[in-house]
Amino acid sequence: MQAVQDKEGIKRYLITLHVNGDSYTRVVKANTLLVNVLRDDLDLTGTKKGCELGDCGSCTVLLEGKPVNSCMVLAVEADGREILTIEGLAQNEKLDQIQEAFVDNAAVQCGYCSSGMIMSAKALLTSNPDPTEQEVREAIAGNLCRCTGYVNIVKAILSCRKSEEGSE
Amino acid sequence: MYLPDFDYHAAASVEEASNLLGSLGTEAKLIAGGTDVMRMMKEGTLALKSLISITRVKDLKSITHDQEKGVVIGALATHNEVMLSPVLQEKYMSVCETAHHMANNQIRNIGTIGGNIANAVPSADFLPILIALGAEITLQTSSGSRSMPLEDFFVGPRQSVIKQDEILTEIIIPEKGFSGSNYHKFGLRRSGALAVVGVAVAVTMEDNLCKDVRIALGAVAPTPVRVPEVEELLRGREISAALLEEAGQVAAANCRPIDDIRGSKEYRQDMVRVFTRRTLRKAIDAGHV
Ligand SMILES: Cc1cc2nc3c(=O)[nH]c(=O)nc-3n(C[C@H](O)[C@H](O)[C@H](O)COP(=O)(O)OP(=O)(O)OC[C@H]3O[C@@H](n4cnc5c(N)ncnc54)[C@H](O)[C@@H]3O)c2cc1C
Repeated sequence: MQAVQDKEGIKRYLITLHVNGDSYTRVVKANTLLVNVLRDDLDLTGTKKGCELGDCGSCTVLLEGKPVNSCMVLAVEADGREILTIEGLAQNEKLDQIQEAFVDNAAVQCGYCSSGMIMSAKALLTSNPDPTEQEVREAIAGNLCRCTGYVNIVKAILSCRKSEEGSE
Repeated sequence: MYLPDFDYHAAASVEEASNLLGSLGTEAKLIAGGTDVMRMMKEGTLALKSLISITRVKDLKSITHDQEKGVVIGALATHNEVMLSPVLQEKYMSVCETAHHMANNQIRNIGTIGGNIANAVPSADFLPILIALGAEITLQTSSGSRSMPLEDFFVGPRQSVIKQDEILTEIIIPEKGFSGSNYHKFGLRRSGALAVVGVAVAVTMEDNLCKDVRIALGAVAPTPVRVPEVEELLRGREISAALLEEAGQVAAANCRPIDDIRGSKEYRQDMVRVFTRRTLRKAIDAGHV
């Protein structure tokens, strides 16, 4: 990895992140967290910061298709890798099915957990299109919501199952 | 929550990582998944000049079965990779279940089994089950390697016998002919909570006769511990409900947990009694399948 040293002797590293299908090259310090590059450098503020210790899941993004806490990942560690954030879900102004389901099921209250919650749901439904309620609850166990009591969130995710198609 | 400044090195091989650890000295540390390192640095309990990443080192992730060695787990395998490994699901479902009950999905996608071991925290979930199964580990430097039983690795909380330039590369579970094994993590919540006590059992049954058994406890001492008193009690005996209750009592009497926010000493001891009995029962019953 290419590095340059600034006047104060602090090293900076050249990284390329592939976010939501676009490539971004940035110069970051070693201690820059992925969540901060996304929010502060790329203006992708849909990803939220909550506990910043890997407990709450509000900063969840998909790294190579898998949900991770972007507050626990160094930007340099994400160099060259594919990242999907909440902003990458809608296609041509059309919301993703899971986003629609959150709206339809009143699964959003204050909304702070929603981005992370939806990213966890996206990863689950991509790898397992017909999850059980137990599997849904496990997939979002790392996403804390203090408003909804989870009932409508679980309902929203379950409504996106393949087996529910055309059942409206 | 920001991190202090440090340098970052992405090692391409074990040799390179070992050389960097050697030349940069004790102010440098490895980072694998970073779930522990990040947390400690953010909380201010770990200060370092350099982090050496090993996530780009190839061939440290695979989980394979070797006729001679047994099951070989690469240190960089994540908890979810352990959980979903077909080899482990066939040979040691108990290890997959252990991974499944750790942390949450996001952490399981980045946290590694090697980091869980090297971190040497007494409540770390992989330790009891791997010790019960008789796992060995390989520590490598740029000039050579050594292996040892996992149970000899730990010295105290966050302390192990690892040397500055050594890298944990693999965990090996040798074929010991166990008929069943099980780990019970007793935490205060189902997700994202550390173990209050952890009990692991590996047993070799012949009908109802206990031929051999290994029991390891987590979160009840400065390191994960075996309980030889219970193993001796059970070896060569016919299993009965009364014997399992006695085993629980002996386990409780022979561990020295601490009081902390997750539970008092007395509570932990009583939970050791209960979960030793139940975990033994599960491992024994698995043996009859
Ligand atoms: C929200 C949350 C929940 C958690 N829940 C659990 C849980 O339920 N159970 C549990 O046991 N743990 C839990 N943990 C702790 C942590 O996730 C695990 O211990 C994890 O396995 C650490 O692996 P890592 O790859 O992230 O380690 P890192 O943070 O990268 O490293 C940890 C330590 O090990 C060293 N190290 C890493 N890899 C190697 C190697 N190959 N050779 C030598 N040294 C090495 C590092 O230098 C460092 O000192 C949790 C953590 C968080 C943040």
